[in-house]
Amino acid sequence: MEALKLELKEKIIKVLNLEDIAVEDVNDDDALFGDGLGLDSIDALELIVMLDKDYGIKLLDPKEGKAIFQSINSMSAYITEHRTK
Amino acid sequence: MEEIKAYITAYCKIEKNQISLNGETVFHSEEVSFQDFSKKAYQQFEFNYPKFFKMDNLSKLAFLASEIILKGNLESETENNVALLFANKSSSLDTDVKYQKSISDKNEYFPSPAVFVYTLANICMGEISIKNQFKSENCFFIFDAFNSQFMADYGNLLMKTGKAEKVLCAWTELYQEEYQVFMCLVSKEGNLENTAENLEKLYKR
Amino acid sequence: MQREIFITETNIITPLGFDVATNIQNIENKISGIQLHHDKKFSENPFFGAMINDQELDAAFAKISTSSEFTRLEKMMILALHPIVKTVPDQKTAFLLSTTKGNITELENKNELPESAYLQSLAKKIAAFFNFKTEPIVISNACVSGILAVATAKRLIEANLYDDAYVIAGDEFSEFVFSGFSSFQALSDRPCKPYDSARNGLNLGEATVAVYITSDKNLAKKGDVKIIGDGAINDANHISGPSRTGEGLVRSIESAFKESGIQASQIDYISAHGTATIYNDEMEAIAFNRLGMKNIPLNSMKGFYGHTLGASGLLETVIGIESARKNRLYVSLGFDEIGVSESVNIIAENQDSDIKYFLKTASGFGGCNTAVIFEKI
Repeated sequence: MEALKLELKEKIIKVLNLEDIAVEDVNDDDALFGDGLGLDSIDALELIVMLDKDYGIKLLDPKEGKAIFQSINSMSAYITEHRTK
Repeated sequence: MEEIKAYITAYCKIEKNQISLNGETVFHSEEVSFQDFSKKAYQQFEFNYPKFFKMDNLSKLAFLASEIILKGNLESETENNVALLFANKSSSLDTDVKYQKSISDKNEYFPSPAVFVYTLANICMGEISIKNQFKSENCFFIFDAFNSQFMADYGNLLMKTGKAEKVLCAWTELYQEEYQVFMCLVSKEGNLENTAENLEKLYKR
Repeated sequence: MQREIFITETNIITPLGFDVATNIQNIENKISGIQLHHDKKFSENPFFGAMINDQELDAAFAKISTSSEFTRLEKMMILALHPIVKTVPDQKTAFLLSTTKGNITELENKNELPESAYLQSLAKKIAAFFNFKTEPIVISNACVSGILAVATAKRLIEANLYDDAYVIAGDEFSEFVFSGFSSFQALSDRPCKPYDSARNGLNLGEATVAVYITSDKNLAKKGDVKIIGDGAINDANHISGPSRTGEGLVRSIESAFKESGIQASQIDYISAHGTATIYNDEMEAIAFNRLGMKNIPLNSMKGFYGHTLGASGLLETVIGIESARKNRLYVSLGFDEIGVSESVNIIAENQDSDIKYFLKTASGFGGCNTAVIFEKI
């Protein structure tokens, strides 16, 4: 799962245009939304697209996203379980 | 009642890798692409606003000009009745074309919300409103070329009817690597009257 | 002396008909233009939307012109304007065009950017058809464009820059927009339900709307409206989500009231934006409550027409004018049970009611808002 976590950090920084954040700055259990990385509602929607595009996971209920995208840990756990790519 | 008069109190131009404020060059770079040029400018001026990197090119262009022109030209940190009166020729076509490409292959069909939101020209005004907390009149117009008569007339009427204390009026045109912004701050005091003639002169300088 | 500005002619082209009377008849009978469509051009799966029938559109247009040089949107716009251009436009007649995406469908399958994609190109084509003399003023300001064009025309005429104006607003149903709203998870899988507890998003629609605005009092007939106040203020909150406190909308409405000289309590009807997304409807309810307007009869027309983007503000204004003319409040279609945190008075059934003053509001991406107050004469 460590490789996936690193991959996620790289992807998030790239896909969400987080220019001044480096992979080393993101801890596995940091809050991605709210106070942590400060992602917003459009970022959440982009992550839903990323789940589909890169991991073949179609989120039927976008409200599930809140729990899944809480941190790198929660994201990688969910992706490991549900990925089809 | 004393009639309100409007004056051009500052102006900023960005085009061909160069930024000028009130006629003086304040930044120049050798970068070839707008993306790199705008990043260099952002770093040079130390704007410290990470949201900049989420913006599309049109918004980046408008944002840079607004930051440069507004610095030192607002009464206070809380001043917020600065109307935004923007216009261009290409609307948001730069981003529209990118977005259209992303939906053209049915086998690789992943429309991006972050790109889609910028397929509206007025978003660049929204970005400036948010950064400066301007809760003010906004309107985005489309013309073939910089329309100094309209911009002067409309800016003046916003001030005279009390709909705005100041007006940030701009021609913000960008399509791929062709870009030009001419932005003016119009206020109630100054030396240069807000007329079509004066706007045209500054635009052409 | 301050000029008075009137809307004296209106016309609409929608899935509910190609004239105002037919549209009103359908609204009176609670017939919605929103239907289930199976069209892979827009979506792999069936979807709810309000679309104009192509055969009907072409047949109607053929009566005006045999030219094949117009895009679908241009035909819709010309059809809307055609019956109302009665004056001879001169250098003091403004021509305003409101659209969010114009001929965006022209981008499909093209390697180069076509001239028709430019909004001024669209406007000039329409202007040429009607022999308008002045440079078109194109407003492209997200979903407030249609009503913002009315405010802009009124401001220009009031300032004596023009004496009258033709305003055309329009947007077409497109894969471009459909896919975009889909990526925002903003589309409902059912006919939309503005302000309802079960609302889960919007339906897209399409329409073109034309109005004639003038300072010539002699052209104003009983039942027409005067534009008495306007405001178009940004939330300064977020580029796609509305302010949680409805800041920009509140200020836009306050600005309109200040100019109008009337009080909030004098408003007889509110034609709101009501897209049926969770956030928009909630924001509006908060805004109207902040202004003490929670008891004023209110509806959204999106249940009949879907969200017609750049046309919506003007389309819904025209329906509002008919409401006032007939002293008839129309149902906010799709509404069953209130689902916003602050109470508002949603019109649940068509009913008679005296309407002298009404308020039209709209909100859109980029944090924009627009409010205009109308007085029936």
